This record gives sequence, structure tokens and C-alpha cells, in this order.
Amino acid sequence: MGDAPAIELAGLVRRYGERTALDDVSVALPAGATLVVFGPNGAGKSTLLRVLATLLRPQGGTAHVLGEALPRDAWKVRGRIGLLGHEPLLHRDLSARENLRFHARLHGVAFERIDALLEQVGLRLRADEPIRELSRGMVQRVAACRTVLHEPDVLLLDEPTANLDPAAADALEPLVGRTSGRTRVVTSHDPARGLAEADVVLGLRGGRAELSGSATEAEVRELYR
Amino acid sequence: MTRAVNAVLRRDLRIETRTPQVVPGMALFAVSAFVVFHFALQQRSVEGNLAAGVLWVTLLLAAVLGIARQFVADREEGGFEGFLLAPVDRTALLVAKAASLFLFLVALEIVAVPAFLVMLLGPSPVEFWRLLLALLLADLGIAFVGTLVGALAVQSRARDLLVPLLALPLLIPLLIGAVKLSAPVFGGPAAAARWPWVLALYDLVFGLVAYAVFDFLLED
Repeated sequence: MGDAPAIELAGLVRRYGERTALDDVSVALPAGATLVVFGPNGAGKSTLLRVLATLLRPQGGTAHVLGEALPRDAWKVRGRIGLLGHEPLLHRDLSARENLRFHARLHGVAFERIDALLEQVGLRLRADEPIRELSRGMVQRVAACRTVLHEPDVLLLDEPTANLDPAAADALEPLVGRTSGRTRVVTSHDPARGLAEADVVLGLRGGRAELSGSATEAEVRELYR
Repeated sequence: MTRAVNAVLRRDLRIETRTPQVVPGMALFAVSAFVVFHFALQQRSVEGNLAAGVLWVTLLLAAVLGIARQFVADREEGGFEGFLLAPVDRTALLVAKAASLFLFLVALEIVAVPAFLVMLLGPSPVEFWRLLLALLLADLGIAFVGTLVGALAVQSRARDLLVPLLALPLLIPLLIGAVKLSAPVFGGPAAAARWPWVLALYDLVFGLVAYAVFDFLLED
């Protein structure tokens, strides 16, 4: 784990029309560490990931990712971020291989890496089937391959193992898990599991940070009451 | 930028060849419209300005169908976000989408123009190159305007309403130019030499407008 903060938020604000989705959120995450974000549905977890992914602009406060200010220098960090959200960002009519080739072309990645990744998640034999014919768990595994295809420094993971059986979740561990060695921001609804992998904790409710830094399991559970 | 244009264009063409939706929809509409015109006009054949008008109105309305579908897969399947997360110039999406729409229009016309000639046209066409020039210049303009309007409308649930409302007024100058340029092919009055230049200027202006504002359409 390095000392320089990979992610630094100070007083971050983001609204959707009249509704404030993130309100004065501050947190710092060292490089190589894992930030686990807890909070009930609608707390602002996905919005936070989308701001960090440069898909949404901050409307107040400051946000720095890998030392670059958002949104001004967002273009410098695109390509160093991998986002695994609720949507797999894969075209249903294309195969896993074709989808990954599309993203490889966008990121300038050699196609050889695609086969290696598909092998790693146990999907090499189904690589040429359309995404619409794969199960949700398989689609999530392909989405994980897309997320790490370009070797990002920062992973933004929105409940990455929510649809996976234990074996599939284990297959993703080297790619997007703690052992990947990457800086990670992970949303979770599972206090015990989330705290086990967290270096830093952020608890959101109604867009506000109610827990920041560290927390006990009881404090995290309190967020959901 | 070439890399990103290539990636998006290849993907769009692959999706369309794998599960054809846009081109068959446009072509079927155009052929059906010619059949309807055939009965509605109560004429065995048309010529001159009327022939050019029937052809171009049909092609334009068919194009609107394609424009409305242009970004739907990107919106529904996360293609936009996948692209926005990549370290590429966002103008690449404009270029790739305009290129794919241009190719879809060419495919439409390969079906629709012969169908028009068989079903509605009276005299044999003369100076056919004029029609080809009009198709080329009009397709470029439709591709730029269509990509701009498609990107704007796809953000809204009312996109099927917005696309014709936004696109058709913008395309009227192009329609006039295309009819004027191609009417002589069908036995109509001679076209002034300025019409190809008017169409080319239209393409240039809307190409530049699309280039200038497309980035803003992709912002949240």
C-alpha cells in the first residue's frame, strides 16, 4: 500500500435536479487500499462511483482521482479506471469475445489478453456465444474481464459479487478482489464481509457520510435501520 | 481517434448484420410507401418534380426511422458509458455513428431506388449521375444531422416523438436541394448549377455544428 492518496474527496456534492444524492462527502484513500461504501438503497453509493468514474460531474467540493482533479482533468484518468456497476456494459447480441475486442480496441489493448482473462474466469469455451445466452453470473464474469482488460489502477465495484455463486465469486477474486493489489472502491450491503476487506469505510445515508474512516459491524448495521 | 472510430463502427456494423433491425425497417418502410403512393396518386407512373418529391420524401422519412434507432442499443446496453470510460476523443463517437448511418442509408437506397424505378417511374431516367450525386450529398447531410438529433433524443423517453420533430425541420433545406438536383433525372426542369454546392455547404455547416456540440450532448 502506498502513501499518496489515490482518491481524495472533500465536501463532494452531487444533485439530480432538486434531489441531493451526495452531500458534503469527504474521504481519502491511499493507493492500493480498499474503500468499502455501505448504505441502504438510494444512499448515494452508485452516484459516488459514477462521479469517481468521471461519468458524473461533481457539483460542489473537490474530487481527486490518482492526483487529477475532476472534472477538469478527467480525461487524464479515463483509461486508468475500471468500473463494474450494476449494468455489465456489454452488448447482448455480441459474444463475450466480440464485446471484449470492442473494449480492447478502445483502450489499445492486445487481443491476446482477452483469451487469458476468459480462461481465468472459466468462460473460454463459451466465449463465442452471444451475451444474451449467458446466465447473469456468467455475464458478470465477462463484465469483470471488461473492467480489468486495460489493467486499471483504480477499480470501482458496485456490489461485484451480488449475482455470483461462491465458485464464480472466487474466480473473480484475482481480477477484482483484494489480492488484485489495485486501489478499490467497493459498495456492499454485507457488513461482515465488507468490513473484512475494508481499509477505509464510508457509510452513506441520504447522501451524507455518517461513517468515515473506520467502523464496527454494529455501526454499519445501524445505517440500515 | 482512428482506433476508436474503427472500434465503434465495426461494432455497430456487426450488431446490424447479426440482428438486422435498422436497414430492414427503413427498406420495408420505403417500399411500402412507394406502394401506397402508387395507389394514392392513382397514376401508373410519375415524373419530373413529383417523381423526385415522392422519392426524397420517402427516403427522408425512412431515414428518420434509422435515426431514431441509432443510439438505442448504446443507451440500453451501456454502450455510451463503455465508450465514455475509454481514454478516447469523444468526437470519435460522432464520426463512427455518422459513418454507420451513412452506410445504412446507402443500403436503404440500394433497395429503395430500384423499387421506386420499377413501381413508380414513367420515363427512363436520364443523367443518372445526378441522382447518385444527390444521394451522396444528401446522405452525408442526413448522417450529420441524424447523429446530432439521435444523440440528443436518446436521452429522452419521448425519443420517437423528438426525432421527427427535431430532424425534419432541419432536413428541409436538404430535401429542397436533393429534389432540385435530381428532378432532371426523372424528366423535370433543368437544375441550376448551384444545387450541388448548396447541398455540399449544408453538409459542411452541419458537420461543423455536430463537431462543435457533440461533446456537450454526452455530458451528464
